[in-house]
Amino acid sequence: MVEPLIFELSRPGRVAFSLPECDVPERPVAELLPSDQLRDELPLPEVSAPQVVRHFTRLSRMNYGVDLGFYPLGSCTMKYNPKVNEAAAALPGFAQAHPLAGEALSQGALRLLYELQAMLAEIGGMDAVTLQPVAGAQGELTGLLMIRAYHQHRGDTARTRILVPDSSHGTNPATAARWGDTITSIPSNARGRVDLAQLRAQMDERVAGLMLTNPNTLGLFEDEVLEITRTVHDGGGLVYLDGANMNAILGIVRPGDLGFDVMHFNLHKTFSTPHGGGGPGAAAVAAKAHLEPFLPVPRVVERNGTYALSEDAPHSIGRLHSFYGNFANLLRAYTYLRSLGPDGLRRVAEGAVLNANYLLALVKEEYEVPFGDRCMHEFVASAERQAARGVRALDIAKRLIDHGFHPPTMYFPLIVREALMIEPTETESMETLEAFAEALCAIAREAREDPEQVREAPHRGPIVARPVRRLDEVSAARHPNLRWTPQS
Amino acid sequence: MNLPADAKYSKSHEWVRVEGDLATVGITDYAQAQLGEVVYIELPQTGRLVHQDESFGSVESVKAVSDLISPVSGEIVEVNEELVDSPETVNEDPYTAGWMVIIRMDEPGELNDLLSAEEYQAFTEEEG
Amino acid sequence: MLHRIGLADIEELFADVPSEARVRGPLALPPVLSEPEVLALLGDLAARNASAAHYACFLGAGVYDHHIPAVVPTLVGRAEFLTSYTPYQAEISQGLLQSIYEYQTLVCQLTDMDAANASMYDGATALAEAAVMAGAATRRNRFLLPRTVHPFYRRVVTTYLAPLAYEVVELPWDASGGVDGEALARELDEHTAALLFQHPNFFGCLEDAAALTEAAHRVGALAVPIVDPISLGLLKPPGAYGADIVVAEGQSLGNQMSFGGPLLGLMACRKELLRNLPGRLVGATTDHEGRTGFCLTLQAREQHIRREKASSNICTNEALNALAATVYLCTLGKQGLRRVAELCLQKAHYAFDRLREVGFTAPFSRPFFKEFALKAPGPVGALNERLLAAGILGGLDLERLLPELAGHTLLCVTEKRTRAEIDRLVEVARG
Repeated sequence: MVEPLIFELSRPGRVAFSLPECDVPERPVAELLPSDQLRDELPLPEVSAPQVVRHFTRLSRMNYGVDLGFYPLGSCTMKYNPKVNEAAAALPGFAQAHPLAGEALSQGALRLLYELQAMLAEIGGMDAVTLQPVAGAQGELTGLLMIRAYHQHRGDTARTRILVPDSSHGTNPATAARWGDTITSIPSNARGRVDLAQLRAQMDERVAGLMLTNPNTLGLFEDEVLEITRTVHDGGGLVYLDGANMNAILGIVRPGDLGFDVMHFNLHKTFSTPHGGGGPGAAAVAAKAHLEPFLPVPRVVERNGTYALSEDAPHSIGRLHSFYGNFANLLRAYTYLRSLGPDGLRRVAEGAVLNANYLLALVKEEYEVPFGDRCMHEFVASAERQAARGVRALDIAKRLIDHGFHPPTMYFPLIVREALMIEPTETESMETLEAFAEALCAIAREAREDPEQVREAPHRGPIVARPVRRLDEVSAARHPNLRWTPQS
Repeated sequence: MNLPADAKYSKSHEWVRVEGDLATVGITDYAQAQLGEVVYIELPQTGRLVHQDESFGSVESVKAVSDLISPVSGEIVEVNEELVDSPETVNEDPYTAGWMVIIRMDEPGELNDLLSAEEYQAFTEEEG
Repeated sequence: MLHRIGLADIEELFADVPSEARVRGPLALPPVLSEPEVLALLGDLAARNASAAHYACFLGAGVYDHHIPAVVPTLVGRAEFLTSYTPYQAEISQGLLQSIYEYQTLVCQLTDMDAANASMYDGATALAEAAVMAGAATRRNRFLLPRTVHPFYRRVVTTYLAPLAYEVVELPWDASGGVDGEALARELDEHTAALLFQHPNFFGCLEDAAALTEAAHRVGALAVPIVDPISLGLLKPPGAYGADIVVAEGQSLGNQMSFGGPLLGLMACRKELLRNLPGRLVGATTDHEGRTGFCLTLQAREQHIRREKASSNICTNEALNALAATVYLCTLGKQGLRRVAELCLQKAHYAFDRLREVGFTAPFSRPFFKEFALKAPGPVGALNERLLAAGILGGLDLERLLPELAGHTLLCVTEKRTRAEIDRLVEVARG
């Protein structure tokens, strides 16, 4: 089943829209706009409404989502997205609210933002929150700019080194380097944690800060975290938490109590806002009081029960978004938190960690798990044993599709060979975990007995329509074809 | 592993062949195999000066990217533009058609820092 | 489950967490609410906003009340799109990948550019990323940023560029409401990486886009317009006047206003600049049996592979908003987008003419598209209060963002506004 491109369905004169007649006196366009500013042709498709609906409905059936099945993509926290969030976001008073209507006419939206800030500050053990960053990477930028502003404000201008563990997300070094910091990678120790001795050796008066993910990308809690944050603070640096893995510690431990100075939350991971095929996200940044003056503007503030937007922050790093961030996702996260309450939130973390450990126990006979028998919300298995027989992590991932599952994250973190990074989340049942484990183990057996079957996967699969098999990514990159053209 | 004896090698997996003060540079068979199918090569402009151990470009496969490190110092006098349109040449023929740049060397003494084919072979076995 | 993994207590799973730092007791969060309770609470909050659902909206300035065809939310809300992640596993993501390929094509068609990425956060950050891209492509570090660009966008660009030691030079506007030509001529030099300009600009005025582009090119700088995609139903596409990188705020294309987010950053460029383009790209290819399919491509530019050498740190983008834009552009098509643009143009000019009959004066002389600035006969705050009482969300009090324009209002008239609403606006404004 191949769906044509919408452009190939186009026929002159077809329309799918319905617009009113012009009810004001219509003047020739040439009177209103200079002729040299007008375009000659507009090469958009011409299709009917049923064609549009069928085209995108068919495309949707070629796509896998959490609502279809298990999605254990490590580091991405693909939990169930409650539908009440969508109902809340669709309320016309929110969906059709204009960001410049003015504070008096936006009290509901501002109050929601203010209360969400307060809830996230409590969850993070932090003093102040901005909701403006729209993605984790932008949260990192926000935090790094705040760290830089903090040092510069104190006249400590030489601090331009950022330390990053070798297991970190790619966005950490990308963000720091992109904005001019020098990156030093800190190796992991044999236990998969930050090597404290190496960290100490790297500390000097040029270190601006350390970016740490905790639990880290191996799914391990940095058990020496108090010593890590103390070491960096003693050396005059600050510590940033990449909060991608907050799902493991909600209500269990607060980053602020572990010595972190600033952090981001991925609301699209931890707080159940849908991933939408890659976005939009939302990433609140929370900070201790000593960093509060540097938060982006505008800030959402409260004065005597009235909510306002404040630009009164002379040391602010500036502005990161056209308006106030991804409001519709912020309100989904707010809805989620109000639907959970404090006990529900802690049970999220407990369920996520229990599910991951249960799954780990079910697969560890067949797969290497380089860093031990226990994990937090996710674990990293290795397909090295299978690779020795010519079946790589990629092949196992593709074979899982045949079993009706979305594959785990592959080849990350970079420090584990043939990595399969598995994050089940708290919203999966024991039966689902067992079915997935059975599929993984069956593939391991198949890798021994009939490796060619695995290497040629995916073969079949009822869960989504699959018009193609493995694609030639090499020629896609060598000869990029990034758009349709009439002759192609 | 294919290792021409007439070339010298760097630990960052480039090879060098010298004629007079001109050094032709490419990546080794081992490097192209590690990288996988090359999809793009970023090469410098001619006339650029490079130092030994400095990056002069990069080479990409679908899932990896690696810097090209100059084994010698000097001026880039020629660039293999053919690779831009057919990067697969680097996989198919790394030591001849897959050459990348020619450098007019400032300090031919730097060649002494490089490895012979046997030394490089031993180095890759140790690393792998 | 605990038993099966040899544990007695859930607490044992958290043994690595230092006990002295553990949370004691419940967090100080509001108590749990059931679904009807939480919806009642949110309904109450929603009712405290004066939204375009209940008022005729004449506010624009970056977010616009355009009609969203019913097919857009119907299709975009499909769970297979809504609850999927970035399409890293191509075989079970062909639907999304194909739709992104179609989106990239539509953006190219709209702007007349060679290549478009899969989306950026919003227009403002797309403009900032375009500046960084221009800096890398030209190896220059000076940027001209006219004050006819949205003040919020300018602040975002400055926030992104200042830490990079890039110089950002602001250019004033002239009496016509466009970029001041003399200042431009004075500031353009061989260190200038790019001229960033908005067209139509923050005041709704059309800039001399072709002349600005030519001026930038004369000194080897890139021309980077940020455009209103709806205006491209009528206006010459940036590729036709030689723009190098084009960005746009794409909220107008089928996305809700949602108090300003999520928005959609469109970004396209000439093919020579493709390697510098940040963000995800989808390409067409074939499988080993020769069937056409789609996959993420040129990923080695991106942060998850190149890490500290990536062309940008962007990872999560605005995929679902890009899908909405795709469905919107397919639904409106060749005729519909032009018609929406014409309706905006006609209605905006009708409102502009009528308001000038009742004492409003125009500060600028340039042609405009769907937004225009006017000096009101009295204070804008009081005017907007009277309008609100009549069911109208008035224009933006420009003094809030540009103090030198005290007494001016920036009005926006989309295809949704009816003659009756415009006439009511004029009647109330007459005072």
